[in-house]
Amino acid sequence: MRGLVRLMRATGRVAEPAPQRPEGLQGANAAFGGSVGVRHVDAGSCNGCEIEVAATFGPVYDAERYGAKLVASARHADVVLITGVVTRNMLEPLRRTVDATPNPRVVLAVGDCARSCGVFAGGVGVAGAAHDAVDVDLAVPGCPPEPDVIVEALRRVTLR
Amino acid sequence: MNGGAAALAVVQVVVMLVVSPLLVGLMRQTRARLEGRVGAGVLQPWRDLRKLAAKETLRASGTGWVSAAGPLVLVASGLLACALVPLVGAVPFVSVPDDLFVVVSVLLVGTVALALVGLDAGTAFGGMGSSRHMTIAALVEPTVLVAVYALSIPVGSSALSRIVLARIDDPASVASPVSLLALVALAIAVVAETGRLPVDNPSTHLELTMIHEAMVIESSGRDLGWLELGSWLRLGALLGLLGSLLVPWGVAQDAGVAAVLVGVVTLVLKLAVLGCVLAAAEVFVAKLRLFRVPELLAGSFVLAFLAVTASYLVVQAG
Repeated sequence: MRGLVRLMRATGRVAEPAPQRPEGLQGANAAFGGSVGVRHVDAGSCNGCEIEVAATFGPVYDAERYGAKLVASARHADVVLITGVVTRNMLEPLRRTVDATPNPRVVLAVGDCARSCGVFAGGVGVAGAAHDAVDVDLAVPGCPPEPDVIVEALRRVTLR
Repeated sequence: MNGGAAALAVVQVVVMLVVSPLLVGLMRQTRARLEGRVGAGVLQPWRDLRKLAAKETLRASGTGWVSAAGPLVLVASGLLACALVPLVGAVPFVSVPDDLFVVVSVLLVGTVALALVGLDAGTAFGGMGSSRHMTIAALVEPTVLVAVYALSIPVGSSALSRIVLARIDDPASVASPVSLLALVALAIAVVAETGRLPVDNPSTHLELTMIHEAMVIESSGRDLGWLELGSWLRLGALLGLLGSLLVPWGVAQDAGVAAVLVGVVTLVLKLAVLGCVLAAAEVFVAKLRLFRVPELLAGSFVLAFLAVTASYLVVQAG
């Protein structure tokens, strides 16, 4: 425990200074008011994007300071964050997850795979990109996208 | 006298409604700062509630009136507990007893409502959460009762406000072995009852380790907002009770404006300090394995039981 206290003292605040707030998403509902629950769905990703998403909510990028929070259930979510190509097995679960998310909601496709199938285009188990399965409001490019870019996309929804 | 008590109860309910989300925000913020993060701000729980109130409320097909009524019952029980527990002031009611048994049963009504909400959607995780929740409630309630009973023996009354008043009159009793044993037992029980670490992790995403989160996993929109507010009110009321027993000074002894103002300010201070201490302590502990939780709670029951035994011995010696 003493070691932990010393570590906390030595580390202090590791979060990077906040970059300038991006413009709000067109059509994004003001009902969120600086509080957004994010449900992450891995529709068939290589786990590259998962690492970046985890870093987004880690201490350094700290998406929580802008009001975004990972939640455990689609029922609690305002944003469905999709990573990876949509595989055949995940097509129906993905649709159901989006359906289970109460309105108003925003669907966010993160990474080149979710945007346009990326390197997995034409693969045998691939049903398509995220926009082939559900209505996507906002897409984040990159393979994998850097946490900065994911944070920026989330801030366009939280408006903070 | 009764009019003053009623006015105090209203003040307590209003204050707790405003303060308990801020208390949760403060606890999250403390934790965030200790982890090197910036944190979402103390106001974040209020932003969450405002957003949830504006969202569509989806209910799983097949759910009945329990899903609609349960969250409201939880909030009502939380508000009632806030009205009955001596937080801002300790003016005994004449007609409504603020007896410890009444307070514990009021909290238990909320516990059962929450468990029924978890069962109603018929999902595996909801039922699992409800089952765990009731197991813990069954272990916690006796501890709370016995701990406060130990404090009530020297006073000769089980009314919480009389216990707090007696402690203001006799400050030495706060540091007596009976009081310390009972308060440690009560603190463990409060941590378990409000779903904090090491019994339950309020920020977990792993369904298999969830207790509170598992029960609310199918609730959305306004339902979820009520459930969150209800459990925050319970946390506030129980921490406030602990604060009033631990540091009884500042609690209003009549319903005068000045006394109530001092009571409100000290209550906010006590809650802030207790919340920060609890959140800071949570950084250092990991969640207990579920099967170890009864051992912890049995330990707290033993402490409470020792407090009762000691209180008889101390009374006879004195």
